[in-house]
Amino acid sequence: MPVPNDRVYSESHEWHKLEGDTLTLGLTQFAVDQLTDVTFAEMREPGTTVEPGDVVGEVESVKTTSDIYCAVAGEIVEVNSKLGEDPGVLNSDPFGEGWLLKLKVTDKSGLDTCVDAATYEKNHQH
Amino acid sequence: MHKSPLRSFHADHGAQMVEYAGWEMPLRYPAGVLAEHHQVRNSGGIFDVSHMGRVEFKGRHARRLLERLCTRRVYDMQEGQARYSLVCNEQGGVKDDVLVYRMDDDKFMLVVNAANREKLLKHFEEVRAAGDLSCSIDDQTLKTAMVAIQGPKVMDLISRVSSEIPNLKRYRFTVKNLMIVKLIVSRTGYTGEDGVEVILPANAIGMALKLLMKDIDPNADDALIKPAGLAARDSLRTEAGMPLYGHELGEEINALSCGINFAINMDKADEERGEAFIGLEALQKTQGEGGSARTLVGLKLDGKRSPRQGHAVYAGDQQIGEVTSGCLSPTLGYPIAMAMVAREHAEPGRTLSVDIGRVRLEGETVPLPFYKAPKKS
Repeated sequence: MPVPNDRVYSESHEWHKLEGDTLTLGLTQFAVDQLTDVTFAEMREPGTTVEPGDVVGEVESVKTTSDIYCAVAGEIVEVNSKLGEDPGVLNSDPFGEGWLLKLKVTDKSGLDTCVDAATYEKNHQH
Repeated sequence: MHKSPLRSFHADHGAQMVEYAGWEMPLRYPAGVLAEHHQVRNSGGIFDVSHMGRVEFKGRHARRLLERLCTRRVYDMQEGQARYSLVCNEQGGVKDDVLVYRMDDDKFMLVVNAANREKLLKHFEEVRAAGDLSCSIDDQTLKTAMVAIQGPKVMDLISRVSSEIPNLKRYRFTVKNLMIVKLIVSRTGYTGEDGVEVILPANAIGMALKLLMKDIDPNADDALIKPAGLAARDSLRTEAGMPLYGHELGEEINALSCGINFAINMDKADEERGEAFIGLEALQKTQGEGGSARTLVGLKLDGKRSPRQGHAVYAGDQQIGEVTSGCLSPTLGYPIAMAMVAREHAEPGRTLSVDIGRVRLEGETVPLPFYKAPKKS
């Protein structure tokens, strides 16, 4: 699957998509392929304030448990409710329906530590 | 790194390969671990287990050597019988768990864990030399392949090519000649399902798979068997309560604490043709002290999280043990774990909890296995 170029990527395999001052966070296809089937995903509650590099949730697969990090500062405003009903959505559509959470960004400078799609793809070829 | 003789099969089926015990092996296929798991429980799966060590013991003293190495008696095994046993160290810890195949009076095959193969080969030779026993020890791992075909519908498939194999009892095997190829087919496995494990020459596996999978489209929803990887093998064996070296078994873990005392014949040395096995003295001492301090239990937990090896197990506020293996059981839908706990907390029905990091999972001790295949009508 191609890596979408409308967002940027952290070293810990989260994608960050900024629209206005709202940031949507998710995991890359590469990351979910490494995790294998996701069995559980839980993000911090809406209202939680986040600093760059904070853990904002956990994702569990049949193989391992992984922390989810966010590169920017802000406040969580929404968590994807589909994750609770069917965590497998992360495997089937990580760049779309399987998004993790949305933040209202207060400081986006952390995005500078992320890379663009082409660089991410080059670094993490299958 | 060793490559499996089935590597082109894995590539053809889009496997994600990982390193495991010095081998490049399939972790999973594109359908995913959960799909593979359910496929094995509901129909059938084929696993490459070529990384497992296969060692032939042949000679006048082959049986006596195995009596010394194995915790289980060997002398009463019949030709065509396979038996699960432990190999212990002098301290009563577990060097490995193995399957012993009796080929004939003076010939045996041992199937051992990949991670322990080289360690065991050295151990086998040392014990042979110390006893001045006449027995050749031949590591056949690299020139053979091994597959496990497991699931409730596997025997239906096999009955198309053999009338003998579906009539084999559990833990029995037969040696079949397929054209010029010799296959060892045993009714054994590591998933809790019915099925077989097959050992055959490495250069014949391609042909054998073609024959077996001839009319099967593994992409069809209702395919009788589909490839399954190491990840599904692990969740399946965990549900079946089967121990794994490095988790429930280890050099530092007393063999009497592993919940598999059926595989330890403490009175073997007193029997007419029996012989003391390595580790017996230490285990007798353990027994004399009232048993091992810790014991393996099953835990059934609440929620949808996954307990993992190393997570602490609590009775109230007191830590009483650790998880050795765990997962969110794909078949049962709740978290399960095997754990080594202080003996006094081992009986079924005890309320315990597992600290998985930021939260504790509540639950209780349950008998193993967690899952048992329904008897076929």
